[in-house]
Amino acid sequence: MAECVKVCTQNFGKGAQDIEVYKKLGGYSNISERLFNMSQFELIDYVQRSNLRGRGGAGFPTGMKWSFVPRGTGKPVYIVVNADEGEGGTFKDHFLMLEDPHRLIEGLIIAAWALGSRAAYIYCRGEFLPCIEALNKALNQAYAAGYLGENICGTKFSFDIFVHRGAGAYICGEETALINSLEGQKGQPRLKPPFPAVCGAWKSPTCVNNVETIMSLPWILSHDPSDYAKMGTPRAGGTKVFCISGDVKNPGVYEAPLGTPMMTMINDYAGGVVGGKLKAVLPGGSSCAPLTAEEAAVATMDYECLASMKTMFGSGAMIVINDTHNMVDLLNCLGNFYSHESCGQCTPCREGTGLLHRILNQMVAGNGHDGDVELMQSLSSGFGGVTICPLSISLGGPVSSYTAKFRADFDEYIAKNPEHAK
Amino acid sequence: AEVLAKLNTPEIKERCADLLSRYPVGQAALLEVLWLVQGVFGWVPREGIRWAANVCGCAPAHALGVATFYTMYNHAPKGKFLLQFCRNISCTIKGAPSLIAYVEHALNIKTGETTPDGLFTILQVECLGSCGNGPMMLVNDDFATDADGDVLTMKPGTKL
Ligand SMILES: NC(=O)C1=CN([C@@H]2O[C@H](COP(=O)(O)OP(=O)(O)OC[C@H]3O[C@@H](n4cnc5c(N)ncnc54)[C@H](O)[C@@H]3O)[C@@H](O)[C@H]2O)C=CC1
Ligand SMILES: Cc1cc2nc3c(=O)[nH]c(=O)nc-3n(C[C@H](O)[C@H](O)[C@H](O)COP(=O)(O)O)c2cc1C
Ligand code: SF4
Ligand code: FES
Repeated sequence: MAECVKVCTQNFGKGAQDIEVYKKLGGYSNISERLFNMSQFELIDYVQRSNLRGRGGAGFPTGMKWSFVPRGTGKPVYIVVNADEGEGGTFKDHFLMLEDPHRLIEGLIIAAWALGSRAAYIYCRGEFLPCIEALNKALNQAYAAGYLGENICGTKFSFDIFVHRGAGAYICGEETALINSLEGQKGQPRLKPPFPAVCGAWKSPTCVNNVETIMSLPWILSHDPSDYAKMGTPRAGGTKVFCISGDVKNPGVYEAPLGTPMMTMINDYAGGVVGGKLKAVLPGGSSCAPLTAEEAAVATMDYECLASMKTMFGSGAMIVINDTHNMVDLLNCLGNFYSHESCGQCTPCREGTGLLHRILNQMVAGNGHDGDVELMQSLSSGFGGVTICPLSISLGGPVSSYTAKFRADFDEYIAKNPEHAK
Repeated sequence: AEVLAKLNTPEIKERCADLLSRYPVGQAALLEVLWLVQGVFGWVPREGIRWAANVCGCAPAHALGVATFYTMYNHAPKGKFLLQFCRNISCTIKGAPSLIAYVEHALNIKTGETTPDGLFTILQVECLGSCGNGPMMLVNDDFATDADGDVLTMKPGTKL
């Protein structure tokens, strides 16, 4: 396999948690006159030309989002890093922050200059204490070295970064729930629009970006934007930090260009499928539709290809499933998960995910009935457009696609109930 | 009153002042201040929640709502070792259900319970953001990768 350029993971295993090591590896070289001589407009244009799209799952163009942030409103602009990673199969941000916390800080300084922001919050999920410790240590070093605080590097620019610890709620990964949580409220999503870029934390313009999105900025700025753009596909530039978990020999975090074939990721990077034959792959975290082995053979890991196969790129988290598993058991995990994490604001989500969860629990316990699959399908088709956030669809989508593609697994479970025909 | 005595110390006062200075509005420090309370007691007593509300300048009912929304705040004391097993999809593929069943059997308690000697509490949680190393578990604040039954024979204080 060809050696790929590493944008986000180049410092892995090199001790870059220490600022001196990070600087020796070229770190903080962007925080220089060149940056401070760029106007906000030039810098945003630069990022737009790199074709960087948000790495949190939705893939919204980063430079475009930044350009929506209104200027001169008299209100402060906040940057919030989404480090609430909690979607099943996703674990890249965890390792990015542990291995290279200074890259996140450097990226944030760049973003702050582009947005004219004075303060950023890193919203880190409560379970990631080791990350929080690594970040706080790195922040102290960066303050001591003059990269943060008042008058950065002798300029008139001042910028602070704070780590905010979550307390266990997957829904806080949704950006408006995250903002409510940052404000000291329950983490329940708000209606969009208004988008946070216009009206977010404390009613101020707020740019929410994923950890990996921000950590891509130092590399992009120290190269030509076209260098980044030409690594990916025409519509999305760059490399992606993929997470591979499940039935593979070497699960882990691997950086590769967007558009890499799925089977290259599974076989060459992750050492191939183990424990049985390939049955299915979830390409982008637990909320996306599975691909069968035949579909996986032709899929490439980018937004367009996966959307055309009626699934999604999401967070780039491939979950590999061999043929020893019954898909009902795995869907049951998702039923438990999403019904537990529903914030309860919308009736279709609260009740619908709960009902799906109970039907699946019954089926796995051997009490499935004829008609359960049809009932689940009809329930899951009722979420679209009637809930505040897409959490309900994150269960509804898998219910539709698992039942459509792996119907035999469901029938196998239902047949375990001797009275199912009643 | 005992609760308040443990919270109204100069160190905690200083920590609170630092936390409050980070946000434009006091209420935003609530999650962090609740973490301080949990750090002192291992759980968040009602009196501690009222205290946190007072520190952050919000209504006690608001603080209670917040403290019960998030799953990581404990509302009763837990065992000395809080074992939290991931039951989400990647860890299930890697055998989490049988690991959980094994540990429940070995400790003779069910998920949610604490052993009579107060040493172990078992919880099942959702994805811990480390799916490549499953089955994953947390032992108090430490991540245990590729977890197996051996965690039960660890000595107190073992660094994972
Ligand atoms: N990384 C993880 O752990 C998880 C990721 N996800 C992903 O999250 C995705 C859904 O996220 P959403 O935020 O609901 O998607 P979205 O499409 O509503 O928004 C994406 C981003 O673009 C911004 N945006 C979109 N239109 C805008 C406009 N007109 N003006 C200003 N800003 C605009 C939004 O504020 C947001 O930051 C899913 O596709 C899923 O893959 C879901 C769960 C967990
Ligand atoms: C239920 C739900 C959970 C989410 N969880 C995360 C998350 O853990 N991390 C993340 O970066 N984005 C998550 N998102 C997406 C965010 O709402 C938002 O789109 C993202 O943080 C924007 O950053 P980006 O443009 O850099 O991708 C989630 C969305 C939903 C609907
Ligand atoms: S869809 Fe579910 S999680 Fe999202 S706001 Fe509604 S109830 Fe809450
Ligand atoms: S699924 Fe267990 S850590 Fe993610």
